[in-house]
Amino acid sequence: MNAPTHASTAFEHSPPHEPVAGESLLEVRDLKKHFPVVEGVVFQRAVGQVKAVDGVSFSIRKGETLGLVGESGCGKTTTGRCVLQLERPTSGEIVFDGVNLEELPDQELIAWRRKIQVIFQDPYSSLNPRMKIGTMLDEPMRIHGIESNPSRRRRRIAELLEICGLPEKFADRYPHEMSGGQRQRVGIARALSLNPEFIVCDEAVSALDVSIQAQVINLLEDLRHEFDLTYLFIAHDLSVVHHLCNRVAVMYLGKIVELADSKELFGNPMHPYTKALLSAVPIPDPVVEAKRAHQTLKGEVPSPMNPPPGCVFHPRCQLAVEGCSRSEPELRELRPGHWVACTQVS
Amino acid sequence: MTGQSTVALGKIDDPIDKPALITRIRSLCRRQPLGAAGGIVVVVMCFAAAFAGFLTPYDPVANSLENMLSSPDGAHLMGTDEFGRDILTRVLYGARTALFIGLVAASLGATLGLVLGVASAYFGGIFDLVVQRIVDIFLAFPLVIMALAVVATLGPGVQNVIIAITVPFIPQCARVVRSSALALREIPYVDAARALGFSHARIILRHMAPNVMAPFLIMLTYFVGQAILLEAVLSYLGMGVQDPTPAWGLMLKGGAEEFLESAPWLSIFPGLAITLAVFGFNLFGDALRDLLDPKLRSR
Repeated sequence: MNAPTHASTAFEHSPPHEPVAGESLLEVRDLKKHFPVVEGVVFQRAVGQVKAVDGVSFSIRKGETLGLVGESGCGKTTTGRCVLQLERPTSGEIVFDGVNLEELPDQELIAWRRKIQVIFQDPYSSLNPRMKIGTMLDEPMRIHGIESNPSRRRRRIAELLEICGLPEKFADRYPHEMSGGQRQRVGIARALSLNPEFIVCDEAVSALDVSIQAQVINLLEDLRHEFDLTYLFIAHDLSVVHHLCNRVAVMYLGKIVELADSKELFGNPMHPYTKALLSAVPIPDPVVEAKRAHQTLKGEVPSPMNPPPGCVFHPRCQLAVEGCSRSEPELRELRPGHWVACTQVS
Repeated sequence: MTGQSTVALGKIDDPIDKPALITRIRSLCRRQPLGAAGGIVVVVMCFAAAFAGFLTPYDPVANSLENMLSSPDGAHLMGTDEFGRDILTRVLYGARTALFIGLVAASLGATLGLVLGVASAYFGGIFDLVVQRIVDIFLAFPLVIMALAVVATLGPGVQNVIIAITVPFIPQCARVVRSSALALREIPYVDAARALGFSHARIILRHMAPNVMAPFLIMLTYFVGQAILLEAVLSYLGMGVQDPTPAWGLMLKGGAEEFLESAPWLSIFPGLAITLAVFGFNLFGDALRDLLDPKLRSR
């Protein structure tokens, strides 16, 4: 009984920037993705559910970058996969540019897919090892009829490679002939080949080493300005998120616990989980770092198969009172644009 | 000095590649001696099939009554059969029949199995379940029984023999390919292909199938050997290739039924040919498996 009520209120209280029609490009409403856990070989029965994403709502305005942060297994990647329609959500709506993608038949969805692209974490497994880079970039343009003339397509491939900082001759190479950073640039070029409006960056820089990371982050920023892109930036590296995102959503065990402007969230975190998360970010100054009080979380992340009742964070929370295990806290707007799911902060 | 040698190296670029290739083949033979032997049998058989017409002066089909059942001698190295046809000639031409049926049936079976296996892994869920249970049903029958059942329904003849041999291969290959494709399905480039809006057929054929080539090639070579054996069995049972087409199973049948004691060369030589061919392809396939499977590479 509890969950649906919470869901509908979260929907009513959706963030303040979106009421202006046409302003928000992507809206996710009460998204849930539950994976059944089955037992038995022949006669399979569900013995439980992993609630990977459990009632997530947010919206992204055009041209904005929303960061989605959290520990491994908190459901941020699953949220991204649902937005990409790689997973069908258990319930909830994903509205892109005014169209509910959940209601689209498969055939129309294929046409919509070109507007939403993805950049993956691992530059090694995200490129087909049997395909030349040129073919990889050519194929989507051909399929979606973006450019029917082969020689013009070849010119555009060269352009795409150049935009992403790769020489034209790479079109004739196979992925295994390139370095990790170069492959990631190919991944970005492939995402751009369809002129998307929205890109999901699923840990797009976390597999690269630091110097390459900086280059790719700058590339992503340049591309956003140049092509008027909107990003959903999924990451666990908070400093990268701080640098790149306008707004940040913090996830814990399938739920958003705090959502605010980047400056506000990093300057004035309110949710105890966000505070703990931020205090785990090292400061590159030994003097400051030594003086700082670290707030470490006790215990482990509970299993998403069997989340704690009430507030999912209460077993590890310093502020937890008795009531926290009974009722699920709603996302409340404590300051303009700053949403927190905790009853103990105000 | 260094400048000179660089120039020299640059000039003889091609001759350097060739010894490298020979060394590679040589090291391959040392690591896989049985596989190399199998490879030689395969090459010799292909050669025999391709140039049968140039290798022997005799006609494989025309009767020659004055030479009936002559034992092996200088003119007929493997003797002649009851119609006076040279056995060696018929063995050589038989290689053509065997290879043709073997290659066509094996590639058809393996390719269809590849597509079915990858599709099964890609779609998953109910589709996968149904396909795999049907595959189970097919795998419950021995190859020969199933091939016989198909030929019994369709009737004999080269085309029907090919179909009969292809059908039992499909589920075998599908099962093996599916297990490799299951791992592939979780790899991000398949997700990327879906996000790019490619059709299911394109993802299965262009993005997944090329990446399960190792098990596919192994199954293919293994199937060629099996297909040659199956074709021989079907012909021997009179349900395969029909006389006077030269086919090893058919020659074995004629020889073994009537002349096993009086003229054993009629059945010995085609029998040897079948054994060698199947042996060769199986060894070749085994070696290929060891080479393509990185988990076994250290052995």
